[in-house]
Amino acid sequence: MKKTVFFGALAAAGLTAGIASAATLDDVKARGVLNCGVNTGLVGFAAPDANGNWSGFDVALCKAVAAAVFGDPSKVKYVPTTGQTRFTALASGEVDVLVRNTTWTFSRDTDLKMDFAGVNYYDGQGFMVHKDSGITSAKELDGASVCIQTGTTTELNLADYFKANGMSYQPIAIDSNAEGEQQYIAGACDAYTTDASGLAATRAAFADPDNHIILPEIISKEPLGPAVRHGDSQWLDIVKWTLYALIAAEEYGVTSANVEELAKGTENPEVNRLLGVEGGLGAMTGLPNDWAVHAIKAGGNYGEIFAATIGESTPIGLARGLNAQWTQGGLLYAMPFR
Amino acid sequence: MTSVPDTPEPGFRLSQLIYDTRYRSLTIQVVVLFLVMAGAAWLVDNTIRNLNVLGKDFNFGFLGNRSGYDIAQHLIPYSNDSTHARAMLVGLLNTLWISFVGCITATVIGVFVGVMRLSPNWLVSRLMTAYVEVFRNIPLLLWILVAIALLTEVMPAPNAYRINPTTGEAQTSMILFDSVALTNRYTAIPSMEFLRSLGVVNTPFAPISLDVVAVLVLFAVSIWANRRFVGWANAVQAATGVRPTTWWKSLLILFAPVIVLLIALGFRLHEPTLQGFNFTGGTNVSNAFVALWAGLSLYTGAFIAEIVRAGILAVSKGQTEAAAALGMRSGRIMRLVILPQALRVIVPPLISQFLNLTKNSSLAIAVGYMDLRGTLGGITLNQTGRELECILLMMLIYLSISLVISGAMNLFNRKVRLKER
Amino acid sequence: MIGKPSPTAPFVRKHMLPAEVPPARASGAPKWLRENLFSSWANTALTLFGLFILYLLVSHFAPWFLHGVWQADSLAQCRQIIAERWGEGASGACWAVIRARWTQFLFGFYPSQLYWRPVLAFVLMFVAIAPVLFTQLPRKMLWFTLAYPLVAIWLLWGGSIWPVAMIAVGFALGALAYRLLALRSSLLASLAAIAVPLLFWSFLTGPIDSVLTSVVPLAIQPVPSREFGGFLLAIVLGLGGIAMSLPLGIVLALGRQSDMFLIKTFSVMFIEFIRGVPLIALLFVASLLLNYFLPPGTNFDIILRVMILVTLFSAAYIAEVIRGGLAALPRGQYEAADALGLDYWKAQRLIILPQALKISIPGIVSTFIGMFKDTTLVTFVGLFEPLKSIPDTIRADFAWKGVYWEPFVFVGAIFFLFNFGMSRYSMYLERKLKRDYR
Repeated sequence: MKKTVFFGALAAAGLTAGIASAATLDDVKARGVLNCGVNTGLVGFAAPDANGNWSGFDVALCKAVAAAVFGDPSKVKYVPTTGQTRFTALASGEVDVLVRNTTWTFSRDTDLKMDFAGVNYYDGQGFMVHKDSGITSAKELDGASVCIQTGTTTELNLADYFKANGMSYQPIAIDSNAEGEQQYIAGACDAYTTDASGLAATRAAFADPDNHIILPEIISKEPLGPAVRHGDSQWLDIVKWTLYALIAAEEYGVTSANVEELAKGTENPEVNRLLGVEGGLGAMTGLPNDWAVHAIKAGGNYGEIFAATIGESTPIGLARGLNAQWTQGGLLYAMPFR
Repeated sequence: MTSVPDTPEPGFRLSQLIYDTRYRSLTIQVVVLFLVMAGAAWLVDNTIRNLNVLGKDFNFGFLGNRSGYDIAQHLIPYSNDSTHARAMLVGLLNTLWISFVGCITATVIGVFVGVMRLSPNWLVSRLMTAYVEVFRNIPLLLWILVAIALLTEVMPAPNAYRINPTTGEAQTSMILFDSVALTNRYTAIPSMEFLRSLGVVNTPFAPISLDVVAVLVLFAVSIWANRRFVGWANAVQAATGVRPTTWWKSLLILFAPVIVLLIALGFRLHEPTLQGFNFTGGTNVSNAFVALWAGLSLYTGAFIAEIVRAGILAVSKGQTEAAAALGMRSGRIMRLVILPQALRVIVPPLISQFLNLTKNSSLAIAVGYMDLRGTLGGITLNQTGRELECILLMMLIYLSISLVISGAMNLFNRKVRLKER
Repeated sequence: MIGKPSPTAPFVRKHMLPAEVPPARASGAPKWLRENLFSSWANTALTLFGLFILYLLVSHFAPWFLHGVWQADSLAQCRQIIAERWGEGASGACWAVIRARWTQFLFGFYPSQLYWRPVLAFVLMFVAIAPVLFTQLPRKMLWFTLAYPLVAIWLLWGGSIWPVAMIAVGFALGALAYRLLALRSSLLASLAAIAVPLLFWSFLTGPIDSVLTSVVPLAIQPVPSREFGGFLLAIVLGLGGIAMSLPLGIVLALGRQSDMFLIKTFSVMFIEFIRGVPLIALLFVASLLLNYFLPPGTNFDIILRVMILVTLFSAAYIAEVIRGGLAALPRGQYEAADALGLDYWKAQRLIILPQALKISIPGIVSTFIGMFKDTTLVTFVGLFEPLKSIPDTIRADFAWKGVYWEPFVFVGAIFFLFNFGMSRYSMYLERKLKRDYR
């Protein structure tokens, strides 16, 4: 650490020129730690506790990627990024992977030069209102004050939605979820809008969750997923297939409890290939063959992670909904491991 | 003994560039110029290479694209169909507006507190000292956050103004003859309305109300006329020693024409009314604006109070005593003797406080007031991903504002400099 | 005639009357009250107004402070305790949150078993500053002042001692080169003083470091800068920025006073540019743009990037403070230096700067106060400063959701104590230093 600080200082003085490196995997291995860009604090997705230990749904994916690369889920450094700084943090190489409720959109994929490795949460933008306001539909929000986080796609969706419905509104710009909560609770806005998962997480944290309702309208598609820098397909593959490994593990019944057992070899050739018993898939991306075993051991398969961080038994209480396996009527569909 | 001046040796050697004082400064400057140019070239080259690596380009074309987002506070017409350039302009005007009103209130607070701190009243001067020390030594960000938290937590929601159908009464009522409503979102104040309006001229920049223009022009003419009138009164006093009574005539000249014009145009205040979720019909001053305004004014006011106090103390006590010996009363001593001299000391640091306030207005980020940083350096930057262009442009604009203000300060300094003869 | 008074002579008192007690209104408390609070109608009105304001403040805030609860595990429990003790609807502060999380306010996420390191660095800081402020202390202590930045860096970030030692060695080599060549040619010496350390750092540091590390691995547990937070971060940024900006500020101030057109122009351009732009814009440069300006692939952490911009920012302000110090020196000092035949650098080093810097200390302290307050803005680039980010993190915890005022009061009070203390001290210094010049 010390060294990087000083050599960084020297670089700033213009003495040493860094070497541009295209291979993120080599950088990460050389550094010995994965830099993972996360939210500055959204309960359930990524938030530090009193000792600075991060936990949450997004954090679990960071851990899985670190486990796949190093075999050790603790080798992650969490870089809190704001809505403002996240893309630059990725583009500049400050973080290796951005797992921060980032919506996969065309312009971000192309113009902002990012590559999305998949979708770890299918979300949509919704509204939350006070129950005693008597509102039951977003169509009744004409003239309302709406709290909205700046620098997000929700801001554009909101403008589009009200325009399409011929309604007006007063945007109240807020900087962080914490601020949004405060304003909304105090009644400074009639409605709070963000991703439905974020609304649920926020509402769950209220003292009186029953006095707030999330309106049925979902006004946008928000596929949230991990993003990496454009142009490094090896690294993109690693993040993408780590995510698929977690999803596939749930589909095939591989859990953190039985993964060690199954890794000794099973009847199911797909599971064998996933866990590196046969096929040698890991080597194709420059990882050890048992990468997926480590990734799954880190926090469990997709279903376990979901249940432990944001599922129905947690205070957040999100149902699987669209995020169920395709076999259960959801959208999660891991590509075949072959 | 005659001194023999050193005669420079004929010819030119390279070492002279360093050791000969005639050439040395030139050498140093050339070297520095070279180094600075090389440094700049290095930065530009790095930037170009980085842009290439990222596959981005450097152009301001995005400013002409549709912005797609809404801004709550806009002084000129704006919608999500407007361009990013327009959004930038809205932000710039918001920055200038908050800075302008902030400077005025900070000055008022500062002068009041600064004078009161020197008051012989023990309690008042202690209170003012406490105010100055508390506000100066705690970060501005805290004051802004406290102000917005106070406004949102303490003020009632617009709903509270709604008349309950069963009891026939509202929880809260509006203040100032039912014209102003304080809520936790905004302060609803009446807006101006002209019943017999002259019309509006639409310019691409902003619509200009002819009524307002007419009133302003007439008022300017009245001020000019009043000056002529006071000049005449002075001349009479100088000639005869008797000053004609002017005060009511002055008032008449100043205000009567404007009042007549306002009545002719059918001027009235349109009071805000609660409709649906929010107050409409009036002007809603957002709490973000009020909190930022209060934070900036109180914080900068504390600094200005110190400047004013130091300025007054800088005028020597002999001046006060001399003026008192001439039989002046304390109000007049302040106005005619002390302030003119103190101003010379006060104004330069005062203007640099104005500069600070303008720069600090970028803390709007904490309350979501859409200033220049909020639009150009915030949402536009985020939606277009053009951080290089947006931040450079934003810094350039802030720099221009600062340079204009310091230019004004230099002009003033030149004007009030003691002319020693 | 003299012996006994004639009957017609007026009464002459033989002995003094005892002094009368002054009228009740002209002594003691009543006198003071009358003179200071009720000397005129206007004054009385002002006093009453002041009392009214005091009453408002006290009646609003005193109960809240007095009803404070120190022992609780969550905000809900706090409210319950307050309601039990003071009745339904009573308001009260929940200081329990400060009690539970005060280490986070002070140190951020710095590993708790290593708190002694920043504390030690903080204490050593006073030892380092002491010889600068108190001239009666032995001059030898200044060596510690010079070494302190490296010591502090090592204590705070930890890791192997050798890179830090290498930096010190580089400076030492530079000084040595200067000493050796100074007699030959001052120009050559200055060049060598700059070039030798740079060459040493670029080529020799790496190998020597690895050899030393393998032979004598002297290292303490490294702490990444991400874990810095709270007041630790604010102090590191504020103090580090000021300390690093001093050399640059001096150069800029001298540049601005220079007769050479280009140097003056560049200095003025730099200073005015930095002073004309809000700090937030510069912080965004640090977080968004700095990577564009450096060679592709260069990357270092956000704290260092912020530190660089904070340094540039305070350098511009320090330069103005020092320029004031230079301008305040009597002309005679410059002329005397010239008369002694000293060249420019010698004159600056031996005569001008020591005096100018000394009278600039109060200005430097107020610049530091400003910097210290401004470090709270780093919250907007995602760093965990104590005013906004840390309370937001705490509120992300279910137990403390909704705690707004207590962190404000706590953090505000600490800022106030620090800054008020420093500003009082700098005022004292100002008075003391002024006396030297009469």
